[in-house]
Amino acid sequence: MTAEPVTPAEAEAPVADKPRYKLAMYWASACGGCDVAVLNLGMKLIEFTERWEPVFWPAAMDAKRADVRAMDDGEIDVCLFDGGIRTDEDAEMAQLLRAKSKVLVAFGSCAGEGCIPGLANQRPLERVFEAAYDPELNDVNGSGLPSGPWESPWGELELPTLEARLRTLGQVVDVDYTVPGCPPETERIAEVLSAVTAALDGTGPLPPKGAVLGAGTSTVCDECGRKRGVKSIREFRRIQTLAEVDPELCLLEQGLPCCGPAARDGCGAKCPAAGAPCIGCYGASQGVQDFGARLLSAYASVVDASEPEDIERVLASLPDTVGQFYRFSLAASLLHGGRS
Amino acid sequence: MTTPKTGVYVCHCGTNIAAVVDVEEVRDWAASELADKGVVVARDYPFMCSSLGQELIENDIKEYGLERVVVAACSPHMHEKTFREASSNAGLNPYLTELVSIREQVSWVHTDKAKATDKAKAVIAGGVYRVSEQEPLEPLIAPVNSATLIVGGGIAGITAALEIASAGYPVHIVEREPSIGGHMAQYDKTFPTLDCAACILTPKMVDAGAHPNITLHTWSEVVDVSGSVGDFKIKVKHKPRYVVEEDCTGCGICVDKCPVQVIDTGFESGIGYRKAIYTPFPQAVPKYPVLTPENCTYFAKGTCKACEKFCPVDCIDFTQTDEYVELNVGNILLATGFQPFDARRIEAYGYGRLPNVFTSMEFERMSNAAGPTGGKIVLRDGVTEPKSVVIVHCVGSRDKNTNEYCSAICCMQSLKFAHLVKEHTDADVYECYIDMRTPGKGYDEFYNRILDEGTQFIRGRVAEVTDSLRYPEEAGCEGRLMVQVEDTLAGVKRRVPADMVILSTGLEPQPDATEVARMFGVGCSSNGFIIERHAKLAPVATMTDGVFAAGATLGPRDIPTSVSNGAAAAATILSRIAQGEIAMEPYRATVDAERCSGCRICNDLCPFSAITFDEDAMVTEINPKLCQGCGVCVAACPANAISGSGFSHLQIMAQIDGLLSDTSGGAGRHAEEAVGATA
Amino acid sequence: MTAPVTTPAAAAPAAAGQPFEPLILGFTCNWCSYRAADLAGTARTKYPHNVRLIRLMCSGRMEPEFILEGFAKGADAVIMTGCWPEDCHYRIQSVKALRRFIFLRRTLADLGIEPARLQRFYASAAEGQRFADEMARIVAEVKALGPIPPETRVALAAHPDVVASASQPQEVEV
Repeated sequence: MTAEPVTPAEAEAPVADKPRYKLAMYWASACGGCDVAVLNLGMKLIEFTERWEPVFWPAAMDAKRADVRAMDDGEIDVCLFDGGIRTDEDAEMAQLLRAKSKVLVAFGSCAGEGCIPGLANQRPLERVFEAAYDPELNDVNGSGLPSGPWESPWGELELPTLEARLRTLGQVVDVDYTVPGCPPETERIAEVLSAVTAALDGTGPLPPKGAVLGAGTSTVCDECGRKRGVKSIREFRRIQTLAEVDPELCLLEQGLPCCGPAARDGCGAKCPAAGAPCIGCYGASQGVQDFGARLLSAYASVVDASEPEDIERVLASLPDTVGQFYRFSLAASLLHGGRS
Repeated sequence: MTTPKTGVYVCHCGTNIAAVVDVEEVRDWAASELADKGVVVARDYPFMCSSLGQELIENDIKEYGLERVVVAACSPHMHEKTFREASSNAGLNPYLTELVSIREQVSWVHTDKAKATDKAKAVIAGGVYRVSEQEPLEPLIAPVNSATLIVGGGIAGITAALEIASAGYPVHIVEREPSIGGHMAQYDKTFPTLDCAACILTPKMVDAGAHPNITLHTWSEVVDVSGSVGDFKIKVKHKPRYVVEEDCTGCGICVDKCPVQVIDTGFESGIGYRKAIYTPFPQAVPKYPVLTPENCTYFAKGTCKACEKFCPVDCIDFTQTDEYVELNVGNILLATGFQPFDARRIEAYGYGRLPNVFTSMEFERMSNAAGPTGGKIVLRDGVTEPKSVVIVHCVGSRDKNTNEYCSAICCMQSLKFAHLVKEHTDADVYECYIDMRTPGKGYDEFYNRILDEGTQFIRGRVAEVTDSLRYPEEAGCEGRLMVQVEDTLAGVKRRVPADMVILSTGLEPQPDATEVARMFGVGCSSNGFIIERHAKLAPVATMTDGVFAAGATLGPRDIPTSVSNGAAAAATILSRIAQGEIAMEPYRATVDAERCSGCRICNDLCPFSAITFDEDAMVTEINPKLCQGCGVCVAACPANAISGSGFSHLQIMAQIDGLLSDTSGGAGRHAEEAVGATA
Repeated sequence: MTAPVTTPAAAAPAAAGQPFEPLILGFTCNWCSYRAADLAGTARTKYPHNVRLIRLMCSGRMEPEFILEGFAKGADAVIMTGCWPEDCHYRIQSVKALRRFIFLRRTLADLGIEPARLQRFYASAAEGQRFADEMARIVAEVKALGPIPPETRVALAAHPDVVASASQPQEVEV
């Protein structure tokens, strides 16, 4: 690298004789956090642009759907797809990007397992609208629920319609890899991009299809530094009700419903280190099909009660079972269709 | 899912299956519909368990290169071993063979043929899907310790002990009473031969006490059991006798000199006395007496000590305490016997309230020449001979209010009592019975003999034994008992005056039977008797490998049966010892250390102490020798780090998919339109 | 996910007017309740055909995922059976199964599957008649409940929007 700034022409040229791969990143029904996590790479992102050419990234560049449609099938080398499939537009983009990408990555918890918006699947869509657009709580715009073709002051708009429920990317198209997290940790994203670059270069192994990248093969407890003993829970506690949280002892042992035992590692166990119970955003451990079932089984195994009434009493201290066990993974649960 | 080459075999089991399930339709269905799951051949055959049936499998394995075999026939508890061996003979790992039940679970329990056939198909699909996920497994080989623990020194336990000891192997008998012998030592004569019980029992007791390979732990109890078949660790508590056994000569002076006399509620069944230091009966083995502190003046007040003063070898030791020993054994036999039914529970019969109502055990002690009355049959006053005796059958048996089962020995016992009363007195004897159950060798002949001897039989269940007279005809019977019973053969109600009523009480499990069973890891039925592995084909084995049971602990039975049980259990144990090692089913849990996060959620779940935590590596470990394969830890692990061989997660999920495979993925069965065969 | 297989008999579903025949998945344990089922068979005690049984070594082996898979793949109810807690062949494992069962039943109730669809009973190896009686009782109860609505179990095979790729490439092509 020379000391002078590169010319635009030089910036466009590939580094030495290494090819520049085409990258897409799309946000479906998303909060934008995954895109921010990628942008958090900071200066590393500039380095990556030496090997990667973003060709479609609504969060960061001005490219249109028509540009994608105009590409050849498989022209995009890697597409990072974040956000859940909630609208017909999301489904259409998923199909489109699958066709135009060699490698499609379900990026982040929404695409991987539905994430928190997936909890809306507990109710029919009408109830979701009633809650969101309750006329008693909201100003009424006068034109009913925004959906489908809609007359705007600027002409007729085709607004996306919401599907009956939120689906994961894998429930709509064939997914090659998954990067878990809400959002994935930026250091892990850097590792993933480096590994994929090496794989495409042929200098590193290509992970087997379906692999989970940017995460470990165990659970958060593996990375957590807290002391752990044999657990025996009489009551689950809300953290606000504890006068003190022992800084060194396992949080579950203190009665806090930490999802660490079931959540995949890779995040560095930052939340338990800061005194907050893990909420399970990295999804299920390797080979597990239903996160909620595993966490439920783990909790039930360490409950200190033997008679049915006593067991029910302990369970009553977890008022929201679905929220606790399926916070991030309801859309991908076995009952709701699995991961793919 | 993998699709290994699979053979499916549908058994007719004669007409047992074929009369309800359309076996040919099922065979064709398996061949076509399960082809994409790997099925390359499907056959049906009248009796798959026959040698020809097994040959079908063996030939197909060789010809088609089968990698999996599914047999649809009877229960795995019947023939799983048979078909696994057939596969093994042909070179296929036996655990890659699955037997699914379409007999006990389909053809024998359902009547609708079409529905049964559909279910059979689903069951086979479940088996095919499941076995495709099965890996080859090897049985675990464990060495067998040649020592044996026998819990209970009654006739069943003694029989087994002598058999095993004579073969040259060490035996430990743990008996909670001061002497071995059990209830048989309390009896007077035994039916149908009227042998004196002590005469036939005591030689065996002496042999057991003297045998170099038998160690008696009397006045002792087992307090802890751990380990598994071939290698059990037993903790035995020796209760203090307060007598130094090595020095005691059995002279009995201590017993003579002891000033405290208490009612003997044990051996003498409450109708005789013993001292505070005592041997239960003269032929006790071992001969050492036992001191019960709750009756002893020294323990109460600090004085007396007559036994110590007069003991010629100075072997009384008041400072003794519980002692514990650890034993290592390869097999365990539970021969803990029974307790008699407590007749107080049937208030209408007046036992405990009316003095001259006796139980069978009280009568045995009374009739025994070495008993408290010297063999005289007398009323509770100890003097008066009865002129009329009524014997009541089925006390606490065949009764929804107490025990529903038949206690097996009470009819013979009652006949024996009738004979003994007639032998010792001039009394009139009446027997009130419901049925006369005399199935054994010489039993019915004995019944006829008693009939000839003049005992009166009334067929009816006794309603009441009372001392209150009701009818004018009963004048003159003041002070006597009245037994009210319906004579069902004559069709009249009778009230029989009696001086003595003997209640033939039934047999119940020992009061702590369920705790003992739990300690040894075996199961009891709801009435408290130990459940045998198979009522007909494995009557002395339990579901727990290495733990056997013999005698009345399994249920009411006579002496010949208890002896047979003991000998049978000994034979099985000897075969294990002779082989030196035992092959255990390889259903075990293992931890993948890479996946284990050290969360320790599983750590407290193992009742066999197979799960330990390595503090340095911060991972959990499972000891395959202690693991019993229950799978609780497999189900608990939130990291999917523990796998259970033979019943793995993928296998069970596959089986579920197969069993429900005719539901079209869950939406088609009840939907408006039928969903097509493939999406 | 490979495509499910239909049998000719079951593919014609319960059309309107036909009585609802539930499909019930039952878990048994090798030492007690499976033997009770065998005993019911040996004694030729009849019970409804709607139940299909799986043998586990212990009821404690039961993972909530098994029950969820059962519901996802078409069961209308799931039964967990095992040794009486005092007589568990593995000493105290029935209790662990009970805890998981109660936790799961509550969670499923919150997801729209009625608690009556998750049943349990104990049966020792000697209780063949009881096994059959309990099966008959449960089948009758589930019949009265009716089928589970499709939106609750959300079986994807029936979802109109899904492009079910029956033949998915097994390798990543780059």
